[in-house]
Amino acid sequence: MKTIILRTASTYLLPVLLMFSIFILLRGHYSPGGGFVGGLIASIAFVLHSFARGLDNTKELLRMHPGFLMPIGLALAFMAGVTPVLFFDLPFMTGLWYPGHLPVLGSLGTALFFDLGVYLVVVGVTLTIIFTISESA
Amino acid sequence: MLFAILLGFAFSLFLVFAGKFFKGNFSILAAGIPLALFVYFSQFIGRISNGEVITEFHSWIPSFGVNLGFTLDGLSLLFSLMITGIGFLVFVYTSAYMKNHKYLDRFYGYLSMFMAAMLGLVLSDNLISLFVFWELTSISSFFLIGFNNTSRKSRKSAIISLAVTGIGGLSLLVGSLFLGSITGTYSITEMLSMNPEIFSNPYYILIVLLIFGAAFTKSAQFPFHFWLPGAMKAPTPVSTYLHSATMVKAGIYLLMRLTPVLGDHEFWNTTLIIVGAITMVYSAIHTLFRTDLKGILAYSTIAALGILVFLIGQGTKEALTAAAVFIIVHALYKATLFLVTGIIDHQAGTRDTTVLRGLRKVLFPVAIAGFLAALSSAGIPPTIGFIGKELTYESTFHLENMAVLFMALIIITKILLLYAGFVAGIKPFAGALPDRFVKTRMPSPLLWVPPVLLAVAGIVFGIFPGLIEGSLVKPLVSSMRLNGEEIHLKIFHGFNIILLLSVITIAAGTILYFIIKPTKKLEIWIGKFEKFSPQTLITNGWTFFYKFSNIWTNIFQNGYLRNYVSTIMVFTIVLIGYTFFTTATYSVDFNTFSPITVYEAVTSIVMLIAIGYTVFTRSRLAAVAAMGIIGYAICILFVIYSAPDLAMTQFSIDTLTVILFVLVLYKLPKYLKLSDYKMRIKDGVLSLAFGTIITLLILEVLAEPKNSAVSDYYAENAYILAHGKNVVNVILVDFRGADTMIEISVLAIAAIGVFALLKLRLKKSDQR
Repeated sequence: MKTIILRTASTYLLPVLLMFSIFILLRGHYSPGGGFVGGLIASIAFVLHSFARGLDNTKELLRMHPGFLMPIGLALAFMAGVTPVLFFDLPFMTGLWYPGHLPVLGSLGTALFFDLGVYLVVVGVTLTIIFTISESA
Repeated sequence: MLFAILLGFAFSLFLVFAGKFFKGNFSILAAGIPLALFVYFSQFIGRISNGEVITEFHSWIPSFGVNLGFTLDGLSLLFSLMITGIGFLVFVYTSAYMKNHKYLDRFYGYLSMFMAAMLGLVLSDNLISLFVFWELTSISSFFLIGFNNTSRKSRKSAIISLAVTGIGGLSLLVGSLFLGSITGTYSITEMLSMNPEIFSNPYYILIVLLIFGAAFTKSAQFPFHFWLPGAMKAPTPVSTYLHSATMVKAGIYLLMRLTPVLGDHEFWNTTLIIVGAITMVYSAIHTLFRTDLKGILAYSTIAALGILVFLIGQGTKEALTAAAVFIIVHALYKATLFLVTGIIDHQAGTRDTTVLRGLRKVLFPVAIAGFLAALSSAGIPPTIGFIGKELTYESTFHLENMAVLFMALIIITKILLLYAGFVAGIKPFAGALPDRFVKTRMPSPLLWVPPVLLAVAGIVFGIFPGLIEGSLVKPLVSSMRLNGEEIHLKIFHGFNIILLLSVITIAAGTILYFIIKPTKKLEIWIGKFEKFSPQTLITNGWTFFYKFSNIWTNIFQNGYLRNYVSTIMVFTIVLIGYTFFTTATYSVDFNTFSPITVYEAVTSIVMLIAIGYTVFTRSRLAAVAAMGIIGYAICILFVIYSAPDLAMTQFSIDTLTVILFVLVLYKLPKYLKLSDYKMRIKDGVLSLAFGTIITLLILEVLAEPKNSAVSDYYAENAYILAHGKNVVNVILVDFRGADTMIEISVLAIAAIGVFALLKLRLKKSDQR
């Protein structure tokens, strides 16, 4: 599938798709989107890249095994949940919000970090599974 | 107090990184942790003996009533001091006993994890947090018993003890949940005032049985006692610390703690007396047949635990005082004997009583410790053991029913325990020194000072019982809602029948010691009864269960995905179909449906064509692509019915699924016709039936009146409570965030599973 069109396109598609996935992640709280879809889109971006340029190139680009994103994401989501317990003496998973209004994000709170955790876990899981399978294929 | 408990956990976590430092010459520094905690808890002695109760509260999951509440009263103070005090000596002892062991850091990690869990257990006021710490002690005990993980036997012992105590833990959880739902609280302090409600509850007997299940498994009562002798596979410091002085007393602690809540009921008292009596006599007799020092000590520990349960069962103030004193007595002398055994094993290289003799000539201070401990265990004045024995006799003597029988049983037990104590503490040191032990060297003071300290404490407390009377025993009895003020411990009670019985016990035991010599023959003879022992029965039960589940799993998990799918489908069809047959109304009002739009019609037609293509195509790749089309068509339907979030997710998932399929297909052989005509018809009928059932189900759901309270709540509060306008996302990350948390964990586990399965390349030698 290493056609010249796809290969050329993938160079530009990867950053665009990744930015799109982050856009989807961020807008999630107000309009359709969120960490799960965002993560899937980001994984599709990498999978597309690996189809066009070969798995080794994608891995080089990632620098680390995508599996490591899973613990990072899980830890982030867990921290978002446990922060209110540790520092504010509130029940687990209570949403904490920054009082002001931020230009791009809207309101900033623990929910965003939780969603970011979901995003990372989804990317990690999808890429780990797909890369492992395609390596052994 | 929370930090005192967490200190042990923090230290074991710290060892993960700084293990190397504690492996070498600095390992003794680890003992600083229990020492600091001992000092910390000692400072409360004054306040507690004045009748104060120190509490601390942290909320954990308040909506379920689960909190970290800690109470330090007489009962928990005694246990905390034992845990940290004996813990300190064991930590010191370990640094020499396991010097230069490859995994010494790991050992300290488990030990301090255990210490922390045990402290949490005895300080918890909340039944649920007590359960959590209870399980943590079982788990750390598992790691410690199986510490020599290259030995098959110690792995097996570890699993057996984990299984037995684990079942007990579950029983504790269920019992706690019952208690919690009856009283509306999990706090033991709050339960104290609700006795009448608990007693009159129809589930009272069940609750008591569940609590007993926990206490009896943990404290090795008959018929669950068998894990304890097995647990002696652990290194000696572990046997000293967990399996004689502290962890096995957790069951005793639980019974004492709940005595004011559940006790003083005929069922409670009778069961405890009977189980305790059986346990103490049964295992005391067993000590006669053992030749391994640790085996003797294990059975005599079980007997001592039996005595404690027996005393708690009596439930009177005298009995509980006796229990309190006996806990101290037993912890002191049994820990000493275990440590002495460890030294003998370490220096002389054997624990066989049939060959050990005359070691006093080479290990003199150790011999003194053993001798004093044996005296205390025998209950010979002026040791504290004597006071404990007198109190035990006294309270049994005043039993209302069958006092004579129980008096006889306790005297038999005490005689046999005296024998066991002498065999373990005196016999290895008496007589002439055989040649084989002449070269035995004196160990480092780190090994022999701890047992000497403990043994001397037994004598000092015996001569000056006032030292523990006001500080430990009285507050303990008071903490069980009894008036502890009148208790007065003394070594001499005057010439009465109790003293006479004591003299008889000591005389009979000493005679027994001189008559019976432990031999291999006796041990082999008792081994013949192994077939009927509870251990064999229970392990056979496990084997049967294992085989059964193997067969059962092989039937259903046969490795053919298509069979799994059809099994699930058949079950669903039968279950839902049956319910439909009996209850459905079959009234579908087609007028309420909105008219079919062009988009819907077109999408459905596309979907139908794709389905037909999937079923009849001869190319695998085409089938996968057609499946993808079905998925996308569903996405379009979601879009039409205004569920954009769902559509987006489904769209990406479908894309990835097709990619995955293609990757997997790459490995499969060319499309073969694997199923014949009959099978295809069978599958077709099944699929159509399944589709029909689901369609009927959905129509039936539509006919139901709609209850939208939950969705309305989410819609209204999404912005107010969670600052989000997208309700779906707010539900995912906030309202039901804990669900999402668990889902992503499951995802991660699945990915690790796939990775492990595909990357695992076993060496030829490991393949089986």
